[in-house]
Amino acid sequence: MLESLIFDIKRYAINDGPGIRIVVFFKGCNLQCAWCHNPESISGSKEKMYSPVKCIRCGSCVEACPENALAFTDDGLVTNKDLCVLCGKCAEVCPTKAMEMSGKSRSVGEIMEIIEKERVFFDQSGGGVTFSGGEPLLHTKILFEILDECGKKGIHRAIDTAGNVKTETLLEAAKRTDLFLYDLKMMDSDLHFEWTKVKNEKILHNLEVLSTAGAKIIIRIPLIAGVNDTDENLSKTAKFISELEGERKEVHLLPYHNIALNKYLKLGKENLLDAFKAPGNETLANAIMKFSEFGIKATVGG
Amino acid sequence: MFEKIKTHTVAPERAATSEGNFYTKERNTIGPGMNERIQKLRKISVETEPSLSIERALHETEFYKENYGKFSTPVMRALNFLNHCQKKTIYLGEHELIVAERGPKPKSVPTFPELTCHSVEDFHVLNTREMQRYTISQSDIDLYEKKVIPYWQGKTMRERIFSHVPHEWKAAYEAGLFTEFMEQRAPGHTSLDGKIYHKGMLDFKNEIANKMARLDYLNDPEATDKAEQWKAMDISCDAVIVFAERHAALAENLASETNDLKRKAELNDIAKICRRIPAYAPENFWEAIQMYWFVHLGTITELNGWDAMNPGHFDQHLAPFYEKEIAEGTLTRDKAKELLSCFWIKVNNHPAPPKVGITASESGTYNDFTNINIGGLKSDGSDGTSDVSYIMLEVIEELHILQPGNSVHISAKTPDKFLHAATKVIRQGHGYPSVFNPDIYILELMRQGKSLNDAREGGCSGCIEVGAFGKEAYLLTGYLNVPKILEITLNNGINPITGKIVGIKTGDPKNFTTFSDLYDAFFKQLHYIVDQKMRVSNYIDRMFAKYAPAPFLSVVIEDCIQKGKDYYNGGPRYNTSYIQCCGLGTVTDSLSALKKHVFENKTIGLEKFLNAVLKNFEGEEVLRQTIINRTPFFGNDDDYADTIAVQVYNDLVAIIDGQPNIKPDGKYHLNMLSTTCHVYFGKVMGATPNGRLAGKSISDGTSPSHGADTNGPSAVVKSLTKLDHVKSGGTLLNQRFLPGLMRKEEDIKKLGNLIRSYFTLGGHHIQFNVVDTATLHAAQACPEDYKDLLVRMAGYSDYFNDMNADLQQEIIERTENDTF
Repeated sequence: MLESLIFDIKRYAINDGPGIRIVVFFKGCNLQCAWCHNPESISGSKEKMYSPVKCIRCGSCVEACPENALAFTDDGLVTNKDLCVLCGKCAEVCPTKAMEMSGKSRSVGEIMEIIEKERVFFDQSGGGVTFSGGEPLLHTKILFEILDECGKKGIHRAIDTAGNVKTETLLEAAKRTDLFLYDLKMMDSDLHFEWTKVKNEKILHNLEVLSTAGAKIIIRIPLIAGVNDTDENLSKTAKFISELEGERKEVHLLPYHNIALNKYLKLGKENLLDAFKAPGNETLANAIMKFSEFGIKATVGG
Repeated sequence: MFEKIKTHTVAPERAATSEGNFYTKERNTIGPGMNERIQKLRKISVETEPSLSIERALHETEFYKENYGKFSTPVMRALNFLNHCQKKTIYLGEHELIVAERGPKPKSVPTFPELTCHSVEDFHVLNTREMQRYTISQSDIDLYEKKVIPYWQGKTMRERIFSHVPHEWKAAYEAGLFTEFMEQRAPGHTSLDGKIYHKGMLDFKNEIANKMARLDYLNDPEATDKAEQWKAMDISCDAVIVFAERHAALAENLASETNDLKRKAELNDIAKICRRIPAYAPENFWEAIQMYWFVHLGTITELNGWDAMNPGHFDQHLAPFYEKEIAEGTLTRDKAKELLSCFWIKVNNHPAPPKVGITASESGTYNDFTNINIGGLKSDGSDGTSDVSYIMLEVIEELHILQPGNSVHISAKTPDKFLHAATKVIRQGHGYPSVFNPDIYILELMRQGKSLNDAREGGCSGCIEVGAFGKEAYLLTGYLNVPKILEITLNNGINPITGKIVGIKTGDPKNFTTFSDLYDAFFKQLHYIVDQKMRVSNYIDRMFAKYAPAPFLSVVIEDCIQKGKDYYNGGPRYNTSYIQCCGLGTVTDSLSALKKHVFENKTIGLEKFLNAVLKNFEGEEVLRQTIINRTPFFGNDDDYADTIAVQVYNDLVAIIDGQPNIKPDGKYHLNMLSTTCHVYFGKVMGATPNGRLAGKSISDGTSPSHGADTNGPSAVVKSLTKLDHVKSGGTLLNQRFLPGLMRKEEDIKKLGNLIRSYFTLGGHHIQFNVVDTATLHAAQACPEDYKDLLVRMAGYSDYFNDMNADLQQEIIERTENDTF
């Protein structure tokens, strides 16, 4: 059966497209944004997330591990990564969910069943389902099938993408998608590479193509103080957007926040977030003004 | 020594915070309110400390001493009411437009010794306790001890009731398996329809006279009883007229004394109104509000019914007056709003009379549960919103005072504009309005046997309970502790806290081999406890009918005059007794845990499981955490748990609904209200199989257990609507929202969408707490700075600072539906 790794399905999502939505988060991304607030979304494999605060040191996980990869030390619970095969037995037995596996294989049927539970909220609010990630367009096989299913059932579909995929993939997705939430980080390709490990030519090109093809697009810009809030970048971005074909694009500014800090700790990943700052109100106001200079309506939040 | 008056440091008026939690303070004002008059009246109302007045008790005791035995009971009650109305201290405050108080001054509460007589100790506790304090002077306590207490000893309704209850009832009652409302106050929960806006007291007197004239002493065995009842009703109409006329005289006096020409004119207007109202039907907006207010005061002075009194669909009643006067140019929108603000403050001046037999740590609430219904449907089925509805929302938003409670009624026909206006008030975080679904409660009422028109004129009073306004006695008889019934089932009828037998023997749980063995035992136990409760409730019901009739209330409730019967004696068109079932979430999650871990996964034996529960999970944290984190709980749109909830709910309906309450055509129904009783019920219980620790509160209303709902509000809504709400007389869903979830206009619209979704699926009621944890912690640390922090929970609003530590903790723990 066709399955994909999903790391979260969030109900009553009110910031990811119109109306009340359900968001399906696919695991795996081909960008590595330094500020990513879903660090568990980057790897395309299952990952262990361990929260020391929730741990009651009962030792159930140590006992359950078939590979003897876990041990309690003075530093708390440690995993021997050479031994761990990510089987998830530890998470299964953990009474407090201090240990959790991020990423669960789910089939089209399973995902559809959850989406349909929210039907009444879509109907009442003009909402629907948003596919996010990670990069949902790295999961086209399963994604397209779900998109088609939703289409048959009249459920509004949105795809939240970074656009770093083959142009054909994007156009193929556009045939079965009602709305794209298209992320733009910054205009300078070298800087883009520095911050996300990827150059941006393809991303910008894809946005142009998608626009020309007549897809409905909302552009989302994560605004990170000191990274992409310069007047130069904002003006360039605004100019680029203003020149896109098709109907005038709406821009949603997503101010950076450090709420993901805890996730980095749980993943045992190096925490880079301290380096970033949330943009202040002045910065946001300035950004909105910069966009309006190019006739683009930018709002804060999704 | 009891005279010490607490000096309040005035809480800093805070600007609207970024959370959108508080009102915007306008410059140079005394506090919130549309103009200086309202600001001043509000300030008096909010800052006056509640006190006890012994005046009513003194009048009553004197009257009873002199007259007991001379009259029939109803006439005696009516004359006692008249006597008090003739003598009581009346109050007409500066700036007031709507006049009259139940006590001698604002926030002053009378006692009702004929029902329950406070002891000297009660007064000392009330005077000194930290929460919900009521001041009383030592000289008043002395006078009460000398004059009032000796007369009523052994004669109060409460003592007479308790002297007759069976042993089995007492055992279950003391174990906390249920409460009994009517041992503290008279049956109440009454709301009015529109009749008092078309008829004055003289019209009612006329109707009564016509009925009296046709009495058939030859053939009607009840003729004498009816005659006495009608006489009593007639006297009570006079009592209210006298009461009003005394205010007219006072206003005339004050008018002649004042040099302020504007106030002189106002006082003359007040006098004119009080000369006409309530004798005659009101003719304008001002009179209509004053009319209701006199009737309200009459009913809560005559007796002390639960949940004060409710005007019902107040906006619908006032709209015709408003529209006529606006068209004629005799009223402005601002004037209407000012009058409504005055009315709102009047209700807030009336804290609930305190209970007797209280302990210092026990807390009640000042809230007397008047609940204004706004919006909804008219009795012809059309949309009931009007300009008045919107003005009321403004008044609520501006005044943010504890009382009156208020609710918006959102039918499929209600315009989005109104819903949006209401959700904007909800966002302010005052804890109200709560939101009701007329499309469902009309079905609930019709299922109970009300006609379509009567059902449509019905609504919700008190917290969430439905009734046919102006035509029904729907008495709340008490709360049922459903999780405690499971607890005694798991102990073969024994209360594990005391070791005493309080239920029936339903078998040693060791012998339960399947989940249905266990459930069958629970069902039997449930049946037995409900049966005990009903027996005594019926008995008390008859006691009130016989010994504590309410002739004035009977005047304004449909069919009482027609039948010549009292409100408590089957006089109303409909007669319902409600049992309020608490803790659906706790009992569902407990059953789910037992089913999952013991009977299905078999990861732990029942005996071991129950032992862990009995010792409050001490040394069993792994088990407890496993239960909490690995059990399907109610509120997550998970059929495993939701099916159990549906089964419990349906069985409660099967056992309670439709049982006769010994009044003609009277029936028991259930509702799923808990108010604050889930805190008390939690205290009388040990740990429960869902991992809840001993003493912690159980779940409220039909809300999920605290923290059990981890899939967000849409999943909660889905779980809740698997219950068929139509079979109840009200369900209750509390949802706590952090301000972050409703920052933008769009978010507020989505909140409206969520409400519409819930109602489309058949939900009865939903309410929102919009606060953040930090605010609540701050409020605990520095209560003085958060005096205006209103929190809605379990069917009503209260000041956070007036809640005890347990309730505060509960508010904080309630699942935060924050999404980043």
